[in-house]
Amino acid sequence: MLWDALTLQLGYNATLVAIGATLLGVSAGVTGTFLFLRKRALVSDAISHATLPGVCLGFMVLVAFGGDGRNLIGLLAGSAVSAWIGLLCMNWLTRHTRLAEDAAIGAVLSVFFGFGIVLLTVIQTMGVGRQAGLEGFLLGSTAGMLWADALIIAIGGAATLLLVMIIRRPMTMVAFDPEYAAARGLPVHRIDLAMMGLVMAVTVVGLKIVGLILIVALLIIPPVTARFWSERSDRVVLLAGLAGGLAGYLGAALSASAPNLPTGPIIVLVSFGFFALSMFLAPVRGVLAAVLRHMRFQRRVHIRQGLLALAQGQKIYEPLTLRLLRRAGLARADGVATETGKARAAKALRDEKRWEIVRADQTHEATAALYDGLRDIETVLTRDQIAEIDRLIGGPQEVPA
Amino acid sequence: MSGEEFVPLSLTPLLIGTFAAIACALPGNFLVLRKQALIGDAISHVVLPGIVVAFLVTGAISTWPMMLGAAGASVMAVVLIEAVRRLGQIEAGAAMGVVFTTMFAAGVLLLEQTDTSTVHLDVEHALYGNLESLIWLDATGWSSVLDPVALAGLPPELSRIALTLLGVSLFVWLFWRPLKISTFDEGFARTIGIRTGVLGMALVITAAIAAVAAFDAVGSIIVIAMFICPPAAARMMTNRLETQIAWSVAFAILSAVFGYVLAGYGPLWLGAADAVSAAGMIATISGLILAFAALWGPCRTRAGAPGTA
Repeated sequence: MLWDALTLQLGYNATLVAIGATLLGVSAGVTGTFLFLRKRALVSDAISHATLPGVCLGFMVLVAFGGDGRNLIGLLAGSAVSAWIGLLCMNWLTRHTRLAEDAAIGAVLSVFFGFGIVLLTVIQTMGVGRQAGLEGFLLGSTAGMLWADALIIAIGGAATLLLVMIIRRPMTMVAFDPEYAAARGLPVHRIDLAMMGLVMAVTVVGLKIVGLILIVALLIIPPVTARFWSERSDRVVLLAGLAGGLAGYLGAALSASAPNLPTGPIIVLVSFGFFALSMFLAPVRGVLAAVLRHMRFQRRVHIRQGLLALAQGQKIYEPLTLRLLRRAGLARADGVATETGKARAAKALRDEKRWEIVRADQTHEATAALYDGLRDIETVLTRDQIAEIDRLIGGPQEVPA
Repeated sequence: MSGEEFVPLSLTPLLIGTFAAIACALPGNFLVLRKQALIGDAISHVVLPGIVVAFLVTGAISTWPMMLGAAGASVMAVVLIEAVRRLGQIEAGAAMGVVFTTMFAAGVLLLEQTDTSTVHLDVEHALYGNLESLIWLDATGWSSVLDPVALAGLPPELSRIALTLLGVSLFVWLFWRPLKISTFDEGFARTIGIRTGVLGMALVITAAIAAVAAFDAVGSIIVIAMFICPPAAARMMTNRLETQIAWSVAFAILSAVFGYVLAGYGPLWLGAADAVSAAGMIATISGLILAFAALWGPCRTRAGAPGTA
């Protein structure tokens, strides 16, 4: 069943939904990346909630003019208008009043959504039938998706992607260093608005599939996921598009493969699965990598300290140190050094003395700053310099009888 | 309108709405000042999975397990957000976005998977509550307010939200000085020995309790609106925290009362037959108040006191 779904064999509607969700995931991931890099990820939350009054007003206008209230283009146009108004309100609040951005986001989100709910109840009491589809915009409803709806989503998604590609350079610059961008003469405020406008476009396009509450997840989770895998913004954008698209495709397929699996939530959960995997397994920024890095560091510190203790004839009490030394063949179980252990210990002690001289010498200031108790001195000084230092230390001394 | 009609039908929803609004606005003042305003948003989203899980465990719609589930979910969300933020080195907003959307999606999925057709549990209800249904059937008029028999029939939501309001006020009153100091100058608060981490967590948990209790009665949309709009509007009116809190309480009461009255009677005045959503209307009114404050409030600009801008 799942295989059928993955290969788009589950019928017309499921195929439409899968293609639509994939396109939506790609454009949401790509657009959301800039928002995330600009550290304004939750702005999408305000934008998406602000679409609700527009959807309702669009419906009312359509009905008032005698049309079919569920015309997707009309509803999406309405939602775009009200989301844009919400966006401008939020921008105005942050720029012209003392409110911080988070308060502005929360205010716009709750007030617009509340007003939308008022309108929703008005529509329910208007007595015109067929308003049932409107609640679908809260959580998305893919059951009755038409070819025309899929086409709108595809065109909207592609247009958004194209626009992102055109203005990706200024957006990246503003995201990383707005002051520099302003100094270069870029209209930072307008670029920000354009970024938000693109987010709004994605939100509007995604209303039908995942609904206005969960579209936020598609705008935030894939970029955060991608960020774990790369430090380069262009790659993060690509990876976010990939993660979003995959989540959309797999989520739509999964939800088509069994009953009672709503598309929107499944897509969100799949994309969270990618996020969790990345958080633990990503090569540099992942949790597992960090734990391994820490353990490696710990091992080096223990072995180094153990060797210094061996060289100075001190007893080692720390069990971890002893175990590590034994495993490396540097000491026996009772804490007595082996032959290699003795050699390594002597070397460690001598290195420590060399470092001491380097750190006491003003001419080696830059090198001395590199001292952290672990670094091999051969990696920072040439052989000649070390020989010079060794002359200062002198050879082994004769022990008086 | 006469007491026979007003007391049973409107008095309790009005009181519940007002209490819920104040209980959310009080901690909201500190959250807005600490730039944590969206915690309320996150909590109100994750309440849904908490309630659904509680329903799955107990198999019935009963209040206390559900409130416990909701509270557990909010604490879990706060912990998860912090974990994602630290482990993944992600900025707080994005971490919040990852966690609450996922938990909300899980809640919706669980709801779809379980058979809740026999009980009153759905997403719409969770979002905008059902303030209008909290009527007091045993009341016959104003005299019922003193009648112990009729008082026994009060909706249980009223006593719960009143208790919550009391608890929240007590928290703010008891911890007033440390809260105020740590909100404005966290470094200084630490140097004089206030444990800011614990206090911040306590504030978030208080907010979560207020949110859950209010959510039970009025739905999550009021919760978000009341956490942010009245405090934000009050912020435009004054530079003193004491005055700001007084303003925010006044704004909260104003939005609750006006919102409820407009939702219940406004459409009738306009000639329509049915009322509109009270929760939505209360949120809308609070937004209008915020808009007025943002346009004409004496301390609306970032420069602070009037005249110095």
